[in-house]
Amino acid sequence: MKKILFSPWTKRALFAICLIPALLLIWRGFMGDLSANPIEFIEHRTGDWALRFLLITLAVTPLRKIFEQPLLIRFRRMLGLFAFFYVCVHLSMYLIFDQMFSLSGIYADVIKRPYITVGTAGFLMLVPLAVTSTAAMVRRLGPKRWQLLHRLVYFCALAGVIHYYWLVKSDVREPLMYGGILTLLMLFRVRMWLQKGTTNKPQPARVSV
Amino acid sequence: MLIRKPADLRYSDVTPKNVYVNRRRFLAAGSAIVGAWALPTPADATMKLNNVVKSTYKVDEKITPKEDITTYNNYYEFGTGKDEPSRYANTLRTSPWQVQVGGLVDKPKTYDLDSVMKIAPLEERIYRHRCVEAWSIVVPWIGFPLAALLKDVEPNSKAKYVAFQTLYDPKQMPLGNRAGIELPYVEGLRLDEAMHPLALLSVGLYGETLPNQNGAPIRLVIPWKYGFKSIKSIVKITLTDKQPPTTWNLTNRAEYGFYSNVNPSVDHPRWSQATERRLGELFKKKTLMFNGYSEVASLYTGMDLRKNY
Repeated sequence: MKKILFSPWTKRALFAICLIPALLLIWRGFMGDLSANPIEFIEHRTGDWALRFLLITLAVTPLRKIFEQPLLIRFRRMLGLFAFFYVCVHLSMYLIFDQMFSLSGIYADVIKRPYITVGTAGFLMLVPLAVTSTAAMVRRLGPKRWQLLHRLVYFCALAGVIHYYWLVKSDVREPLMYGGILTLLMLFRVRMWLQKGTTNKPQPARVSV
Repeated sequence: MLIRKPADLRYSDVTPKNVYVNRRRFLAAGSAIVGAWALPTPADATMKLNNVVKSTYKVDEKITPKEDITTYNNYYEFGTGKDEPSRYANTLRTSPWQVQVGGLVDKPKTYDLDSVMKIAPLEERIYRHRCVEAWSIVVPWIGFPLAALLKDVEPNSKAKYVAFQTLYDPKQMPLGNRAGIELPYVEGLRLDEAMHPLALLSVGLYGETLPNQNGAPIRLVIPWKYGFKSIKSIVKITLTDKQPPTTWNLTNRAEYGFYSNVNPSVDHPRWSQATERRLGELFKKKTLMFNGYSEVASLYTGMDLRKNY
């Protein structure tokens, strides 16, 4: 197991897997199979995947603990960056095709539409995390401060769930499902922190590449 | 990016898929054919409508491709995804079908589809259709004025409103329990709105009977209001003296009003109504007051359309 997790090929394979939703969209584009409303279709699909990758990224720590596979950390940064990648495509579609780069239109939306306000907030919180994701930045910030900053990801995921929940008209099953998953992932952390508090065993912040 | 499928004609282009898949059922029903309506109607098994006259109701904009009109639908009884009604509405039985018309009228009647089709000559009308979700299409509907049906039942002097109801049969609409809206779907108009010549009862589009996902066998089309007012698969029409409840208003009073006229200057609380995406176009275009049907403005003289959204 350790060997597999250490292999550079595993990382490369995971990279390819994470690209599948994007490649699928491109393929469907060439096949003319993006529904009658391609812009909305791409917006919704990339939004879905951004949120899913955020949740997958947040699942890394619980999975490490549950299966006692600390090496899983090797993939966390890439998963997080894929969330950022899909969110960037999602946002670009909105800026280009929904707003045509109209600053006044964007401003009005951010101010007036709560789901866009919270979505924008989620994106803005994700930017510093993507920027500080390199090993050099971890060193520059120091692991303690770096980790503190990267706790923002919890709020990014929460913003993503609310953004989705506030968008749908009546069928809230999917946003509620993502909300449920996020709750479970956060409950695991709360339990972890409580246990840490009682055993009082300081764990080194492990941020490896 | 939008390269269409190869243009070769395939069998599925000629014969609707559900027809050849369900050939046995199709043949069994064949012996009972009395006009198009006697057939069990799978989702895309539509029939040609004859004796349709062209009307002067047209727009000089590109008509939306049939494929888009019939695969991008809101019909929550068959799923809340846009692509779901076209996949799941084949369970809707549109024959036999009855429309009960009553309430404050002198001659209440129950129509079967044959008699509905005889109320007035069928005409083709090309209307803009604007969804409250800020997308729009241009549809070549086939139908007749709602006023013709209302005159046929003779509303009495107390009638002020018209209430409409969609079929709700959980057996035919198993996804209905996930719709997140109360069913059966109900809608309503003021009587003078309903009598307006633009108000259409539609039985077809693109020269054929309505596909199930578009509200077969008979639906309302109110082109100056948001699409959800144009109720589908109607089984009941009732004249009333009080404003009837409407489904989206019951679901969320602050977001969907009784009138729901297309109005670019009154936003949905969660998104702007100033622009819309015409299906098939990349960029958004400006939304027109009353969806461009300014002839209805006199219906609302002196009304605050911001309050009566």
